[in-house]
Amino acid sequence: MRAEERSGWLLSAPYVAFLLAFAAYPILFALVLVLLRWDLVTDPAFAGADNIRLLAHDGRFWRAVGNTFVFLSIHLPLQIVTALALALALNRPLALRAFWRAAFFLPVVISGAVVAILWSALYATDVGLINRLLVKIGLAPVAWLTNPLTAMPAIAAMVTWKNVGFYVIIYLAGLQYIPRSCLEAIELEGASAWQRFRHVTLPLLLPQTILVVTLSTINGFQLFIEPYVMTGGGPLRRTYSIVLYLYTNAFSYQKMGYAATIGVALAIIIGTVVLVQRRLIGRAEAM
Amino acid sequence: MKALGRIGLYAALTLAALTFIYPFLWMVSSTLKPPFEVGTLELIPDRITLDNYRTMWARAPFGRALLNSAFVATTITVAVLLLGSITAYAMSRLRFRGAPLLNVVTIAVLLIPGQLTLIPLYTLIVKLGWIDTYAALIVPYLFNATAVLMLRQFFLQIPQSLIDSARMDGMGEMRILFTIFWPLAKPVLAIVAIFTFMGSWNEVLWPLLVVREQQLMTLPQLLTVFALGGGAGSLGVSLASAMVLVVPVVIAYLFLQRYFIESMAGSGTKG
Repeated sequence: MRAEERSGWLLSAPYVAFLLAFAAYPILFALVLVLLRWDLVTDPAFAGADNIRLLAHDGRFWRAVGNTFVFLSIHLPLQIVTALALALALNRPLALRAFWRAAFFLPVVISGAVVAILWSALYATDVGLINRLLVKIGLAPVAWLTNPLTAMPAIAAMVTWKNVGFYVIIYLAGLQYIPRSCLEAIELEGASAWQRFRHVTLPLLLPQTILVVTLSTINGFQLFIEPYVMTGGGPLRRTYSIVLYLYTNAFSYQKMGYAATIGVALAIIIGTVVLVQRRLIGRAEAM
Repeated sequence: MKALGRIGLYAALTLAALTFIYPFLWMVSSTLKPPFEVGTLELIPDRITLDNYRTMWARAPFGRALLNSAFVATTITVAVLLLGSITAYAMSRLRFRGAPLLNVVTIAVLLIPGQLTLIPLYTLIVKLGWIDTYAALIVPYLFNATAVLMLRQFFLQIPQSLIDSARMDGMGEMRILFTIFWPLAKPVLAIVAIFTFMGSWNEVLWPLLVVREQQLMTLPQLLTVFALGGGAGSLGVSLASAMVLVVPVVIAYLFLQRYFIESMAGSGTKG
């Protein structure tokens, strides 16, 4: 027993050291940084609540938060509907099921940087694939990424395309647990396909839907590489994201204290939004 | 009526599959076209040219970036498998007082958004003098909480009698782990290996913070810097540089798609 105690500690010592250096220390130091003004070159100066006060009145930060909500209001419904539709299609007896599944999942394995570069090309106003298709069918080309009204929706559609395969797998796993007898029983009662979906399948998939909403929300708040590569946050800052603002403050302005404050605020916002969503979904379910 | 429904279903699936695959085919074809043809709808170019690839290769160190990415992702994957297994073994099969606490702390670590620790970690790397070193890219990823939890979960299911009899034969803990546990854990190890490697291979925000020297940049980073800095100059060249990152992944995905889907969907990792 003594020997086991000793080897237990010995074998987990590297992990404990790692957690102290790369998890515990950064979390505590994030809270310290909130109180500092520091450019990494000169000595850090105590700034009291300056960073917090600045953040509260920083129009650019709140614009980024607002942009994220615009993004989510398009991305979440689109993500749920497409993932659910594709999962329902895949859940039928099908030829080539593995092929369809692999096709939908393909963008998930591709780096976000590549997807952003590829879609910049697809969305390009004069040589882009999408506008060429529009022109071919007789429509006018759209300035997807340079029009303030379409830029964020365009990015939201792209992120949906990139991640939907991941959520299809989640919904497919959920569909597997819906007992066939349940659906057959209500079919015998004369329920239509839509009624079966609305009153049996959809409610039984609630845990998966909560997961999809939670993960896409967290993902949405972490939007970075897409605006960084595709729009630089423009046009008119309409695609500026919170992480892009955090990165700019740290990397371009060397404001470590302020960047860390944005990080802490972001963590608080993510936690709050996810909790509120769970409440709302729970309440909608109870009705 | 039923047959009509099935035709509709397959038509819809084909359309959906094209939406996911066609952009990649268009990308490949665009890199093989001369500049004035780039972006046209035809997938087969009139004249195939490798100029875009030659230009891209000459303008930025993509070969070097490929090696950097391969080295960083491989080192991290090996470390996560080895160190994660040792940790998971201790947490699951050795009775010591810290084990339950370590388990709770590991779950807590998973719940913390990366943006909270991003800047403090960055200042730590600066203070350690690790800016523009491989250490900055590798050391913060040597352990992975998801990997530790998955391996621990699997190790818990291995019967105690196997360990007891191995100890009877005089085997040490490390030999038990690597000669008895590892062969049994192959499927879990494969899952951990894929999501760890892919996570590292696709990561771009962290390298953008800690590496400025072009020779040390990873592929996604060099690609981003190249596309943004205007180094590419044209769509064909920019897409050709993206191909360097995509081709190895797609080849691996074609052969191992089942494992990729299981691994990346199961771990919550998205590129």
